[in-house]
Parts: sequence; C-alpha cells; structure tokens
Amino acid sequence: MEAPLMHLALVGTPNSGKTSLFNSLTGSRQKVANYPGVTVERKEGSFVTPLGRQVSLVDLPGTYSLRGRSPDEEITRDMVLGRTPGEALPDLVLCVADSTNLRLTIRLLLELKSTGRPLMLVLNMFDIATRRGVTVDVARLSEALGVPVVTSIAVRKGGTGDLLRRTDEIAAQAQTPPRQNLWQPLTIAQLRATQREADRIIAATVSLPAKPDTWTARIDAVVLHPVVGLAILALILFVMFQAVFAWAQPLMELLSSAFGALGQLVHDTLPAGLLQSFLQNGVISGVGSVIVFLPQIVIIFLFILLLEDFGYMARAAFLMDRIMGGAGLHGRAFIPLLSSFACAIPGIMATRVIDNRRDRLTTILIAPLMTCSARIPVYTLIISAFIPAEQIWGWMDLRGLVMFGLYAAGIASALGVSFLIKFFMWRDYAPAPFMLELPDYKLPRLKSIAIGVYTRAKMFLQRAGTTIFSMMVLIWFLASFPLPPAGAEGPAINYSLAAMIGKALEPLLAPLGFNWQIAVALIPGMAAREVAVAALGTVYAIEGGKEAADQIGQVLATKWSLATALSLLAWYIFAPQCASTLAVIRRETGSWKWMAITFAYMFALAYAASFATYNIARAFGAG
Amino acid sequence: MTSTKQTDARLQMPLGLAKRGYSGVIHRLAADDANSALSAIELESRLIELGFVEGARVEVLHEGIVGRDPIAVRVENVTIAVRRREAMAIIVA
Repeated sequence: MEAPLMHLALVGTPNSGKTSLFNSLTGSRQKVANYPGVTVERKEGSFVTPLGRQVSLVDLPGTYSLRGRSPDEEITRDMVLGRTPGEALPDLVLCVADSTNLRLTIRLLLELKSTGRPLMLVLNMFDIATRRGVTVDVARLSEALGVPVVTSIAVRKGGTGDLLRRTDEIAAQAQTPPRQNLWQPLTIAQLRATQREADRIIAATVSLPAKPDTWTARIDAVVLHPVVGLAILALILFVMFQAVFAWAQPLMELLSSAFGALGQLVHDTLPAGLLQSFLQNGVISGVGSVIVFLPQIVIIFLFILLLEDFGYMARAAFLMDRIMGGAGLHGRAFIPLLSSFACAIPGIMATRVIDNRRDRLTTILIAPLMTCSARIPVYTLIISAFIPAEQIWGWMDLRGLVMFGLYAAGIASALGVSFLIKFFMWRDYAPAPFMLELPDYKLPRLKSIAIGVYTRAKMFLQRAGTTIFSMMVLIWFLASFPLPPAGAEGPAINYSLAAMIGKALEPLLAPLGFNWQIAVALIPGMAAREVAVAALGTVYAIEGGKEAADQIGQVLATKWSLATALSLLAWYIFAPQCASTLAVIRRETGSWKWMAITFAYMFALAYAASFATYNIARAFGAG
Repeated sequence: MTSTKQTDARLQMPLGLAKRGYSGVIHRLAADDANSALSAIELESRLIELGFVEGARVEVLHEGIVGRDPIAVRVENVTIAVRRREAMAIIVA
C-alpha cells in the first residue's frame, strides 16, 4: 500500500524566504486559490521526497505571532490549530527562518510549540549567513528548542536535501502520541518572556558578527536618503513605464502579425459566411487583440517581483509613508497600490496587510485609479494611432511620455481623492501606526521570479481564454444580428443589436465626443477593461471588412478626431466600468455601499475629465 | 536643550525624539505615553513581536523626508521602520 499523503505547512515571519523555499520545493507544481469564505490567497504545491512519499505543501501567510491581527494572520493561526473547515491538520509544520536574522522567528517558534503540532525549524539562506560570519551550533540549537533543526539554501540546487531527508525520517517514525494543543493568546508578559527566552537561546547557540550587512548599509545610505532616495524611486518607476512601452513593442508586433496571419488563413480556407466571420472577426481577432498584451503584463510583473525579491518594496513604503500620509494614506498602502498597476484585483486583495479598517477602505477606494495593465491595451492603441513617434530632447519617446503622463494623472487623482476622503469623512482620526521590517537586500533569484511571472501570465491567459473569449462571442453576436434586411444599404453592423444599444447611449456620451461605436465598445469593457480594444476591433472590422481588422489603429485614426481620442484616454484614466474590480470591492468590504460609492465617484470623475478634455482639445482646434 | 548632557549621562528618553545616528539600549516600554491610534496593549504587543524588548540595542539609521519621520531603527540585527509617534513608547537610555 502506498504511504498516505503527507501534509506540510510553511510558517514564518515576513521576509523569511518562505516563498522562495516554497518555489524551490514545489517548482511549478503549484495551485493558487482562495480559502473558503475569505479572500486570503491559498498557495498549495506538491513534491515527492527521496523515499517516494507524496507531500502536499501549503504556504501560509507570513506572521510574527499567532495572535491573528488580520485575516491573513488568522488563516495561519487557524490552519496550524486545525480550525479551518475542510483543511487537513498539518502533519508537520515547517517554521522557516532567515538564518541571518533568527530573533523574531525563534520567538514565533516558541509560540508554535504550544500548539502541539510536530515542528521543524528550517534555517533558510544558510549560505548568506555563513558568508556574513554567522555561525549556528545546529545541534545545540535543536536541543535547546526541543525540535529538529535543518539548514537549507532554497535558491541552490540540492540546497533542500537535508530538509527532504529529515521529512522522510519524521514521516517514518512510529506514530508518536499526538500532543495536546495548549496554545492560548499570549499576554504581554508571556510575549516578553518568549522573546527573552529566544534571545537567551540565540546567545547560547549562535554567534553573530559584530557588524551588520555592509552591502545593505551601503545601499540604504543612498536609497533611504530623504532626497536622493525619492529621486531613485521616481527613476525606477519611470524606467518601469518606459520599459513597458518600449521593450514589449517587438514581441507585441510579432504576436499581432501571428494572429493576423491566422485570421487570414481562416479567411482563405473557409467559405464566406457566418462561420468564417465568427472565427476570424469574433474569435481570432478578438482573443488575439488581448493576448497581444501579454508581453507588457509580463514586464510589469517582472519589475514588481524583482523589486520585491530584492527587498526594495519595504524601502519604497518607508520613503512614501509620510508623503502618502499627507494624502491620508498609510505607508503600507504603497505596495497594494503598486500592485494595482498590474491589476486592481490583486492590489485590493493585498490591502489586507493594512490592519486599520479606515486606512484599508481608503486604499481600496483609490486602488482602481492606479493604471492597471488592462488599460495599457487601450492606451497603446490610441497613443500609437494618434500620437506621432517622435523623440523629445533627443532621448525621450513622445509616446512613452504621454503614457507616463496618463499614469501620473491616475496617481494624482488617487492622491486627490484620498485627501478628500480623509478631509470630509474621517477628519478626527489619528493615523494608524506604520511598522515594517526592512529586510537585508538579497540578489533576486531567477527561478523564483520566473515561477512568479509564469503564475501571473497563466492567470491572465486563463482570463483571456474564458471571460474575454465569451465576451468576444457575445459582442460578435450583438454586432452581427439581426442580419440586415435584403437590399439594405451601408455596413451590416448598422442594423445590429450593438448599434441599437450604442445609439441609445450616444446622447449621454456625445458631450464627451464619443460616437456610438465607442459606446458599444464600453459595454463589454465592463467584463474587463482591455476587452474594449477587441470590441472596437470587432465593431470596426465587421463594418469595414477584413482589411480593417488588421489595423484597428489606422482605422481609428481616420474615423476619430484627436479630441475624441484624447477624451477616450481621459475616460480610461478612471474607467469605472470594470465589473471584476467592483465585485472584489464588494467582497473585500463586505458591503454593496462601498462598491456603489466607488462606481459612482469614478463614473463622475471619468465623465468630468472626458468632458473637459474634449472641449479643451476642440477649443485648441483638435475637433 | 540638554540633549548632549542627556546622552552623556545616559538619561532616559523616548526613541521617538532620537536623532539619526543615536544608539542606545531599550530601558522599558511605555505604551501608555505614546499618542498612538492603537491601544496600549496592542502597541506593546506589536513592539515586542518586532523585537523591541528591554535590553535590546537600538540605533537610528535613517529618517524620512517629511518631519524626519518615519525612522529606520536597527534593533539588534533587524531593521524596523516605525513612525516617531509609536517610537515614543520606547524608552531608551
């Protein structure tokens, strides 16, 4: 008979290298989902031990204690205590420590011991500790703690061998009588006592070098400098956005022409008719126009993951804390807001690191104003159609500059809205504390970054394959039926359902310079913002024949005035119509009220900004 | 002010008033004295969880740009960012 599946759980403080250990043990065999009822990310992976035992490993949210101050920390506590319904009680809890920084983890481990679960301490990043002159008497440490201790180098091949061997040994041991769970929330005196005990054990078993990490000190002297540090942060963000626009271009053109060729192949193979139109205009050009943006999404996540692994994200929060505080935001809001540049959904979910409810609500309300990657397709399309590819001052790309301006407008309006929220709603309220560990810098590891980017890209493609695909079919249907009556004049789409909806909305959107085709495209944009691009493609492709589908941008340049294009860009800075973002806000705040408020204020801002942009542009002769 | 004298005589003061470059040892926690949004118990628990316990060596490494706030504090061999408001609860000498 096969050995039963063994359940392992990873517990550790933030920055303990837990995620890189998880990636190293499970590779790409990972599943990301949510815990039932809450929106905490559940990361599970699997691996096989040297003796062939199947192991399921969950990566629990990082925490300094089992008190459960936030939904994430409650999950960690409940999983370790076996209180989460439908989840197996872990057979072994791996407590992961950064070997250069044992103090806080050893205290956590002492608290974990009272839960009665079998425990193992993993001294991760042991190579870095050795290089820095930290020596650990592993045997004595294990004896003093009363739990097995292994060293590991998650980022090196074979660096987890010791850990795997010990896991097999522990699994093979005869069923030790289960120990009782004696854990109770610690009083302050007990907390202090466990920290003292931890310090005593460390003093007896670990020798630390006299000096802290010199590289971290040297980098921080520059990066955390009040003025230079902020300039570096601005530079990093600027490079990031230039990269998203410039580096991705060749790949995007390649993808775009591949889908064009595929569409042409279908066009040539199939007889003219509904099926040909459905496959070429509905499916291939629809899904293709979204998948084209994969390179940009990969680049944005690459930057975010690199900065996070390097240890820079916490520094950015430190630099921005008081500046964001001026706008009524918490320093910890910086990371969720930065993630919102990729997508507001993970950003809003990441606000769980903010434990003060009011700070969290403010962050959730403004997160959708950060320019998410789904807007990039819309921006890219319009910018390349209407903004000339010129160099300013010989080195700056005008298109890149417009892109940067759109991002800046999003950030500025987010800060403005946050300031107003603070001023009008929560005037009499003391700011919540900002307490954050600034980890030592570490060289980001290629494998860990690659797995992270791969997971995000997969999620994007799954969305493109499901939500976006079904929306594309719907739009194609709306744009194709009912068929025009026999002998009708003009393009067939003028007789379709889509035209009826668009024309019904036209009076509302006409003051913004939007025609009915734009109105049609904004409707499916509710499912996902980037669908608007595909929708425009479908609407104009069906109207103008196959030539149009290949060159949406060129078609737009002939159909729209510059004022209309700029107005649509302004609309998309706010773009209130993302249904998934609204759904996440509803889920995270637990109320329809906050969802409605978000939608209403973003719609009002979008309308006002577009109205102003359109009329100013026309006054300058761009109408 | 008597700041030089204080340092020389190793008089107690809140870490929240310390300048960049200050180094000392935590004498006690006085969560009641800090004007924090957190309750005294919660603030004290969090400070302990981040390693701020009596006897720990601290050094102020960096300061933010607005009002020299927040501060980055080396606590033994960990660096923690805190706002001065909360650091008022840490009495150092």
